[in-house]
Amino acid sequence: MRAYFDHAATTPLDPEVADAMSRVLRDVYGNPSSIYSEGQTARALVDQAREDVARALGAAPNEIVFTSGGTEADNLALRGTLRARAAEGDGLVTTAIEHHAVLDTAHDLAHEGRARVTVVGVDKHGRVEPEAIERALDRRTVLVSVMHGNNEIGTLQPLARIGAIDREHGITFHSDAVQTVGALPLDVSRVPVDLVSVNAHKFYGPKGVGALYVRTGTRIATLQTGGGQEKGRRTGTENVAGIVGLGVALRIAAAKRAEESARQARLRDRLIEGVRGRIPGAVLTGHPSERLPNNASFCFPGTQGEALVVALDLAGFAVSSGSACTSGSTEPSHVLLALGLGREVAQGSLRLTLGRGTTEAEIDALLAALPPIVARLRAVSAVPV
Amino acid sequence: MSDRVFVAMSGGVDSSVAAAMLAERGEDVVGVWMRLTPDDGSRDAPRCCGTDQAGEDARRAASRIGIPFYALDYAEVFARDVVDPFVAAYAMGETPNPCVACNSKVKFEALLRDVVAKFGGSRIATGHYARVTRDDAGRAHLLRARDPNKDQSYALYMLGQRELARIELPIGELADKSETRAIAQRFELSTADKAESMDICFIGGDYREFVRERVPEAFVSGPVERGDGIPVGTHGGIGTLTVGQRAGVGIATGERLYVLRLETDRNAAIVGRRDEGATMIALRDVTFTGDSAPSGPFSSSVALRYRGAPQPCTVVVSGRDATIELSEPALVAGGQAAVFYDGDEVLGGGTVTRALAS
Repeated sequence: MRAYFDHAATTPLDPEVADAMSRVLRDVYGNPSSIYSEGQTARALVDQAREDVARALGAAPNEIVFTSGGTEADNLALRGTLRARAAEGDGLVTTAIEHHAVLDTAHDLAHEGRARVTVVGVDKHGRVEPEAIERALDRRTVLVSVMHGNNEIGTLQPLARIGAIDREHGITFHSDAVQTVGALPLDVSRVPVDLVSVNAHKFYGPKGVGALYVRTGTRIATLQTGGGQEKGRRTGTENVAGIVGLGVALRIAAAKRAEESARQARLRDRLIEGVRGRIPGAVLTGHPSERLPNNASFCFPGTQGEALVVALDLAGFAVSSGSACTSGSTEPSHVLLALGLGREVAQGSLRLTLGRGTTEAEIDALLAALPPIVARLRAVSAVPV
Repeated sequence: MSDRVFVAMSGGVDSSVAAAMLAERGEDVVGVWMRLTPDDGSRDAPRCCGTDQAGEDARRAASRIGIPFYALDYAEVFARDVVDPFVAAYAMGETPNPCVACNSKVKFEALLRDVVAKFGGSRIATGHYARVTRDDAGRAHLLRARDPNKDQSYALYMLGQRELARIELPIGELADKSETRAIAQRFELSTADKAESMDICFIGGDYREFVRERVPEAFVSGPVERGDGIPVGTHGGIGTLTVGQRAGVGIATGERLYVLRLETDRNAAIVGRRDEGATMIALRDVTFTGDSAPSGPFSSSVALRYRGAPQPCTVVVSGRDATIELSEPALVAGGQAAVFYDGDEVLGGGTVTRALAS
């Protein structure tokens, strides 16, 4: 038996999405920029997807820019804003628990001398205080970037309050919502956020396609030059099948969201309670209530995340010790260290993320398999070498 | 407990073939690659089995064979138990054998422990050319590889019954290179002749530079003397010298001179003729594959270097130490392994501490 508990890394493609995409790949070859009817067919599909994405976010279609994924959306948001607003200032405020797509981009901009970067810390649950963001602002700040839901620990951020502060100061507010769009409602007509990164494969869409929401009136420069597609904001012939997949996937996710998120949250709570009841010393990482409905993340002091992942894989469970992008290194995650956890504790991290396919039987099987594995690893680690 | 066997895959053809042989036999095989050096992306260590390129090669081989694969991090234990002692040995005038240390501390200790205790495996396999057999009484024996030209049993002498009971060495059974090739071809494993890894795996270039950066005091020049104290030249530091190497002095006398020993307290190198080598050699950390030493002094044959021909000797064991007496004088470097053989079987061995007498 295999059970997949790593939906934060990626999700399986929804069969309906796969069907829609294969029809496009098979039958639609026109270039959306072409005038004749083959081009118009392709253009109509891209337009439809843009409408689907816009509707899911409470945005207007012309506010959606398709990209190659979440990383490109984050790069476009940060680099594009800093470039477009360079005359006004170069201040970039972000947080210690952002995804590497934001943090490394910020560091790169700082290294190139194009941004002064202020990294704001978080509390022990991984929450950013809006007041801390406000304190970090100065006259030269042009961009604040705070993720919506954390990919490792699932903590959700108070975007509305942070956005209100930024708007008051005329600062562009970006949020990497790669983990939340599809799982939680994010309505840009209510939340004062100017740029939002979206990634299709986190909500049962294809890999290699994402989007950046750009609020009308937000100044952003393009990163690449070429044929001028996406209103010049992201030039290059459109990935038509991928964009169709993104649109269909988000439409399905929005329709299933309320019911599915509630179901996953119940299973998540069963998992968290089960782990806490069965494994002494288990530390739940992230916020106890303000967290993604599918995220249960822990540290088990006296273990190593790498060994937990291998042992669970061999027992039939796909899990992660943190973000998929940094696994393979045994350095404790920057997110866990930002919570104030010691390296010893942070080393034994395990991230379990649920999805549409997760069943109660899988949760119970995991709850049966995990305690003896943790005990085994602790017994080995306790032996002085 | 499952009957899984974990294969330590270096990325090279030998361990890939070992994994393929076990998979073909129907075993439940898992491939592991051990990261041995920190992943800082800046080091230039092309032949190292602990670098990322090698990890990628191992991953591809595992995928061709169709087995699960994991990269596991052993950089910390490797630095502590292999690299640091390697450097320290040069500072003491010894010539260490890091492969022996790696087998002893990393592969057959840290990895074996993790496989059994953490991952619930029953055995580990490696791409070493040697064989393990079991007798009717259930005792394990470590033997030379079937192909004598490839034999690596020398570097495995430290294994005891506990380890041997959990080790598979499939390629030690192969008769010659063509068999290895055939299996590699069957699994479409790359047999591109990589540089034979005779160099030290964690050092990209000259080992002397690596050691010099860490213990510069081993690279201070000092006197070269004959056994009677007569100076015959100077050397560039004992870290550059190995007992048994030809000495670059004595041309005037027309003699072939070799380094006989290094006296670290005086930073002196003593040179002499080959027949001035030692017949009595002290060993430390002596172990036996059967776990206990034969009672009383015993006759054996001893290999004093990798691929060295064993020579007759008498061994007197005292706890973890031993003294061996050779019939012919030999030039033996401290830090090297001395391995006892009975025909094809490895009986045990130890680390050369020093030559005692000529």
